This record gives sequence, C-alpha cells and structure tokens, in this order.
Amino acid sequence: MAVWFIRSVNIGHHLKEKLGLLGVLNNSLQHHYCRDPDAISSNSAYIFSIRRFESTKAQQQLHSMYEDDDQNQVLDFPGGRVMLTPEMGFISETPEQRVKCYRVLDDNGQPIMSSSFPEVNKELAIKMYRDMVTLQTMDTIFYEAQRQGRISFYATSTGEEAINIASATALTINDIVVPQYRESGVLLWRGFTMQEFANQCFGNKADNGKGRQMPIHYGSKKLNYFTVSSTIAEQLPQAVGVAYSLKMDRKDACVITYFGDGGTSEGDFHAALNFAAVLDAPVIFFCRNNGWAISTPTSEQFRSDGIVVKGQAYGIRSIRVDGNDALAVYNAVKEAREMAISEQRPILIEALTYRIGHHSTSDDSTKYRSANEIEHWRMVREPVTRFRKWVQWNGWWTEEDESELRSSVRKELLHAIQVAENVEKPPLADLFTDVYDHPPSNLYEQERSLRETIKRHPQDYPPNVPV
Amino acid sequence: MLDVYFRNKLTELQDLSKLKVRKLKITNCENLDTVNEVPGCNSIVEEETNSTDSDEEIYSTDDDDDDDDDDDDDDDEGEEEEEESAKEGKTRALFGAIHPRNSVRCIRSKMAAIMQGIGAATALSSSSSSFDSKGFQLPSVKYFPERKATSLVVRSDGRLIPGSNLNARNVSGRLVTNAVAAKADTSATSTASKTGHELLLFEALREGLEEEMDRDPHVCVVGEDVGHYGGSYKVTKDLAPKYGDLRVLDTPIAENAFTGMAIGAAMTGLRPIVEGMNMGFLLLAYNQISNNCGMLHYTSGGQFTIPVVIRGPGGVGRQLGAEHSQRLESYFQSIPGIQMVACSTPYNAKGLMKAAIRSENPVILFEHVLLYNLKERIPDEEYVLSLEEAEMVRPGEHITILTYSRMRYHVMQAAKTLVNKGYDPEVIDIRSLKPFDLYTIGNSIKKTHRVLIVEECMRTGGIGASLTAAINENFNDYLDAPVMCLSSQDVPTPYAGTLEEWTVVQPAQIVTAVEQLCQ
Repeated sequence: MAVWFIRSVNIGHHLKEKLGLLGVLNNSLQHHYCRDPDAISSNSAYIFSIRRFESTKAQQQLHSMYEDDDQNQVLDFPGGRVMLTPEMGFISETPEQRVKCYRVLDDNGQPIMSSSFPEVNKELAIKMYRDMVTLQTMDTIFYEAQRQGRISFYATSTGEEAINIASATALTINDIVVPQYRESGVLLWRGFTMQEFANQCFGNKADNGKGRQMPIHYGSKKLNYFTVSSTIAEQLPQAVGVAYSLKMDRKDACVITYFGDGGTSEGDFHAALNFAAVLDAPVIFFCRNNGWAISTPTSEQFRSDGIVVKGQAYGIRSIRVDGNDALAVYNAVKEAREMAISEQRPILIEALTYRIGHHSTSDDSTKYRSANEIEHWRMVREPVTRFRKWVQWNGWWTEEDESELRSSVRKELLHAIQVAENVEKPPLADLFTDVYDHPPSNLYEQERSLRETIKRHPQDYPPNVPV
Repeated sequence: MLDVYFRNKLTELQDLSKLKVRKLKITNCENLDTVNEVPGCNSIVEEETNSTDSDEEIYSTDDDDDDDDDDDDDDDEGEEEEEESAKEGKTRALFGAIHPRNSVRCIRSKMAAIMQGIGAATALSSSSSSFDSKGFQLPSVKYFPERKATSLVVRSDGRLIPGSNLNARNVSGRLVTNAVAAKADTSATSTASKTGHELLLFEALREGLEEEMDRDPHVCVVGEDVGHYGGSYKVTKDLAPKYGDLRVLDTPIAENAFTGMAIGAAMTGLRPIVEGMNMGFLLLAYNQISNNCGMLHYTSGGQFTIPVVIRGPGGVGRQLGAEHSQRLESYFQSIPGIQMVACSTPYNAKGLMKAAIRSENPVILFEHVLLYNLKERIPDEEYVLSLEEAEMVRPGEHITILTYSRMRYHVMQAAKTLVNKGYDPEVIDIRSLKPFDLYTIGNSIKKTHRVLIVEECMRTGGIGASLTAAINENFNDYLDAPVMCLSSQDVPTPYAGTLEEWTVVQPAQIVTAVEQLCQ
C-alpha cells in the first residue's frame, strides 16, 4: 500500500511537469491560502488530500497517455515510469562539454555584446563599488593588524569581493544570510560598521557576540546574518531549516547560504541539497568555488565538473557564473531569489573565482601554489579592478573619487581599530551567561568558585578584564 | 558550599513548619510493576497542626477537614491553581529562595506531582512482575478509601523535613507496614469519581505534543516517518492530517541534516521537535547537537536562541541488537548548553514534553522503547512539570536509590522484595539528567546516608558515574557507606535474549546491593 502511494505521488509530480495541469491547480491553491494565513493548518490538510486526489487522477491519465505506446518500452517502478532500452550504455563520468559560465563583463570591464544586461543604476553601482573597495581595504588592514599581533586571527576575502557585495546587493534585508566565514562583505553591505567589525575582531565588550567567538565570526540578528560557526558545511542544513521556517510563515523572503568548494565534500552539503529539493525550500545555495580548500585544489576535492552539475543530481535548478564579474553575480542572485520565492524551490549557484589571499592568517599559500599564479589573478583577473573599469567607463567614477575613498576608508579603519583596542574586554559574568536562558545551579557554583580563585590570586588574573 | 546553602534554606523552611496540606484522593493508576508499590509515593500528608497563618499555606483551601473529598477534588484542584497564581509572589518568596528555578510552573508542577503521586499510589495485587513486551497488561489498581487520610508527602521543595514533623514519621511508619499487606478494595472503586483519563505513555507524549502544537503555531515536528506513518512508535499519529505536511514534516534519512534544519528553523523563530527514530541514530546528528545546538546561543552573544526539543526512544529493548540499544545520555551529558530529561511514566512524559517544548533552551528528552505501553491515569487539566526536578517515587529511611527511566520499575520491583525483608528504601527518579536535581538528592542523602544508583547506562562515563562524582563532592560528610552504582557493563548489547537480560540491572542485583550497603 505504501509503495503504491509513493509511486502515485511521484507520478503526480512527474505529471506536474508534463501536463502543467497540476501546476495550475497548485498555484491556485497556493494563491488561495496566501491571502489567509490562518487557514494554513486546515488548508494544508486539505491541500494534501487534494494532492492525493490529484495523483490518483493523474495515474489514470498517465495510463491513457501511454496506452498507445508499446507497453514494453516503459516500466513501472517506485519513483515513476522509466523508458527501457535494449542497449547497454553507461553515462559518461564527464560530460562532453563543461557547463558554461555566465558572465556579463569581460576582463576589461566592458559589457559583452550579447549579454542580458542587468539594470544597475549609478547609485547602486557606486555603492557596490564603494563597498567592494571598503571590503578590500578592511581585509588588508585587519590582516596587517594580525601580523602586528593586535588581533589573534583573520581570514581575508581577497579575490571574492564581487561575490560578497554583488550577491548582497541582489537581496533584501529580509532575506536571511547563513554564512560560512568568507562573506563579511555581505554584512558590510547590510550596514555593519567598521567599528562593529573591529569590536568583534578584538573581542571586546561592545561585540555582538560578547567576545565569545574568534575574529571574523560575525553575527547580527538585526541584519539577519547568522553568527558564523567555524564548522564547514554545517550551516547548510540549518539554512534549509530557516527556509522551512520562512515557508511556514509564508514570508516574502528567501535564505542564502554560502560555502566553498571544499565544503561540498561534507555530508551535510549533500543532505542539505536533497532536503531542500524535497521540501521545496526557498534557499539559494551559493558556492564560492575559489579553487582551493586550504591546500587542497579542486582537482583533489571532487572529480565532477565543479559543483553546478551536482544540482541536477538532487533535482535543483543550478547555474554557473563568473564569480569575479559583479554584474553577473548580481543578476544571477536576483533571478535566483525571484525563483526561490515565487516558485518555492532551492537554487544552486556556483561562482567560479580565485582565492587570492591565504586561507587565513595561519596559512602561507605560497607553500602549495606558485606565487606567479597568485600574482596573475591579483593583477589581471581581479574583480574590484574589473568593476571599477566598468563604473569608470560609464562615467560614474573618477580617479579622485578613488584615492579619496581609499584614504578615507583606511583612516576610518585605523581609527576603529584604535578604539576597539582600548575598549574593555567583556566581564567575567559573561563567561557563564547565555549557556542557558538562566544559569543553572552547577554554573552558579562554577562561577562562584572561579571568582573565589581570582580573589585569592589576583596577580594571575589579567588586569584589563573586569570581574 | 552546597551544604551551607541547603542548611540556610532548611532553617528558613523550619520556620514555616506550620504548613497545612490538603488531602487528595488516591485515584486509580495502572502502572507497570508498581505492584505492591508502597502507597505514599508523592501523596499528601495531612498535618493536624492548625495553621492560622493562611499566607504560608501553599496548598490550602477553606475546607481542610473534609474527609470525603471525592466530589470536591476537582474543584479543589481548580481552586488550588487559582490560589497558586494568586499567591505566586508569596510562594515564590517561599520557594524562590530554596530553589532558584522555581516559578508558578514549578508550583503547579508540584501540585501535579502530588496528583501524580496519588495516581501512582497503586494497589497491589499479586500479579507477576515480569515485563512482557507483547502486551503490558498491567494489574488494575484499586482504590483505597482508607488511604485518604494517611498519605505522606515528601516534596522536592523540602517541605517536610525529617525530624521536624513527628506526625509524618508515624504516618510513614504506618504506611510501610500497611503496604506489604495491602490488598485491593474493589467495592469502593466504583463509587469513587475518577478524575483524569487513562492512557498509554506514547499517547501521553502525543497529547502533550498536540496540546503544545495547538497552543503555539510555531511548534512543529521533524523526523523520519513522523507524518502520515504517524511515527515508528506512534507518538505523532494523526498529527499530520490535523496540522499539515509542513508542520509535521517527513524527512529523508539524514539525521545530521534534519537536526541542523531544526536548529536553523529554531534560530528563526520556530520551535521544532526533532524525533530520532531511535536515539542511537542521533549519533549522526551529534555534530549539529554539540557544535551548534549547544553553542550558538552562547557564541552569538545571546542573539539567537535555539528552543529545540530532541527526543526519541533509546535504551535496551527486547532483542533489538547492539546498534538499536544504545544509551546516549552518557554521550550527550557533557555538551554545554543543552538540558537532558528522561521520562518514565505517562504522567511525567506528558509534563516533561510540554516543559521541554516551552523551554528556551535545547532539551533532549530521553524515552525508553519498553515503556511506551505503560498505562496510567493522568489529570485532565493541563500541567507542566519542571525540567530540573527529580521525582520522589517512594519515600523511605534506610537507603536512597537513585534511578531514571526504565530502571525505576526494576527498582520498584526490588523495593517490593526489600520491604518484605524489612528495609525501607527511598526511591527517587532523578528525571533531570542534566543538570542533576541535587537538592532533592541531597535532602534524601541527609536522611538516609546511603546511596545506590541504578541505571541502564554503561559503567564508564555514564550518568551514574557523573552522579557519583557529584554526590561525593557535595555530600561526602553525610555518607555512611561509599556510593554504589549499578549499571550496565561496558559491552555492546548482545542480541541473544538471555545475554541481553544480563547486561541490564535486574531487581535481584538491586536487592543484593541494598543488603550489602545496609549492613
């Protein structure tokens, strides 16, 4: 009985594509309960029963469709009907052609003739450019600060500024971001100030995270940016959960989650994609394929044609874009968001780019890749330069603006670092709060014993941390 | 440190010794292996002291001297609840100092626990005590009219202090002797008005779940086969047709993914309940539970809360094989940021489920595969238990037996034998595995001075190991004998029935251990 049921539902889905009838039916139903959110619970059961009804109806129609065909050509299995073939053939492990990469601007920032050109007005373009430069400068200065010993750790997004800023531009503030760790630009776009960045890196009292995470693990509930967690790909199923939540609330928003090429090897990636497809969750999976996972090149990470082909394997619509082309990324994300929300489906975007910087301040990438390669990408294929060329070509930006921007950003950053350095560290009490909503008795005990220890040995305790 | 803390609180309590407690009728209860369970577990004592200070009465109502509270039992409960809320401030002052986590809910839970105690006071027929996995045909419990006036309350809030109330002692003494010889009194049963309704443990879980889903539209269930199939143990039966496919979500087989999904949804405002088909499968979700569930509230600086409930059946079943007989409470107990509770009766299953859903912290609710068919009468009215409280199953004098989940029933069975041999064990179902309710446990140890821990966890690094450490650290002065811990061996659970039986602590071992400790 269960088998029949599963099969009939699948056939229903299968037919949805073919006939479009059920699609129409579904749309009208969705529309219906869009207007009346309170009726969701009653309607979902209703809709489900409709679905069941549809699929049995479809089953009969399918039968009639295939009646004319030679019955031997098609076979029923759980999961639907498949065409048979007497010839044995294996699907090749590599496609004949690699999936094409969408780009709008060429290497010199000139729009490609036949490209579908996204509408970006002057104001938006200038904000995008300014943020890209800010991100670039911020990365440089914080990296230097780490080398000077002022902060303990940093990871740059050098080479991925276009991905960061352009994808953020295409979203609204209501779209929730579930990041990996190389997406500070998204937060920057949404309004996180220099000072807030610095506070988090220095782990001082003013930090959102109360000094509990390492640098670059930003988080801001206000800006709908989930706190970064160091684990790889663990945020992907969580993003699906967020999308599920948005779907339940019928919000006009989607979720975007970022990960790298290395993260696609984790089990969570595959499970999350599968889930999102099955759930029809409005989530955009954005893969920053920057060629390197610390020292592992993509050739050692997977054997498939990048990540974009994996989308189809899970039943997800996907696209490959040139990650160093800000306008292409912007366009792709905008379109993806539209599809995700209106069609309630996940989208996979693979952005090809290059990690110009080291993996982090604990890494020296010249150990496993040639300095020439890095230089080439920094000089020739750099996304900020490319976008600037386009903005300048439009007459919206001048050299003076450039130098003024860079110097003012630099000054602001240095000031922010100075201020952040001098702000107090979080108090001792913050060590024990937020583990639970209210500290339980064992934590009270532990806090008390710690305080007693500090009182007894004040010289062992750092002076600039308030008790 | 804790000791001083308790002493201060006890002196406060002793000042409030003129507490008047209501009598509540013992209702029927059918409980696995509570055959010959001594009535008096969690029932009420009637003190003869006339408390004029009505402010201090927690459970008082006007008619305290009624002997026939059959009819007004229901009314009284309602009244009590009203009075509770009215006296919230006062009672919080009384109890707040004692137990920092007290709230009205706690107080209500105490009421509820009393009710449950009444419910749990079962009677005794001579039915066999063996588990039968096929059908838990439990002996039906009869009603004791004479019990009405003679029950004892020992509450975790410490309202009865040993030595402070001689009446209680005598009553208790009377109870012990009565318990052994107690027989069912069928004639009175039919005339008594039965409050509450009877159901099985999995139904109680479902009822709790359903009530919470009705109450809060953000509550949703996520798991494998929870939707139309109704859950492998039928805990979510009929919920999907009622609430829709999205709220009761069937997932593909990827525990880490759907646990992660639940965490993400929780961070955005939903209150998901993750069902692991078997607790052992949640090992796959350990990464999400440890790294994100427990941590994200902390590392985000309190910006994101994760009010998720993770539940599922665990423990050694009947020949389920090693992989399906795991006890994960020991693995999870170290994770900072989560709470763990274990349910053992339909009453506390429903109460804990509701409390877990309402809690803002991530809670792991451990159920046991073999306890799903326990039948009990639970109150009709809504009740929520406290997540950090232990349950006094049977008060006693000679030894404290700490246990949880299925072992509670083995202990109660052993208690039967022990009582026959003249021992008076105090049985506490610790219920809250993280954090431990050291208050109740401490009070008990101070009374009995001997501790036996009976658990199903493995020996190494189990709940018993942590509890032993906590007891030794905090109550060393009160112990007359070393803490003994009976637990399963450090072996994977074998399939063969006889071997499997030997990995789980049996009542005979408990009796031997008590005899050894009480020498």
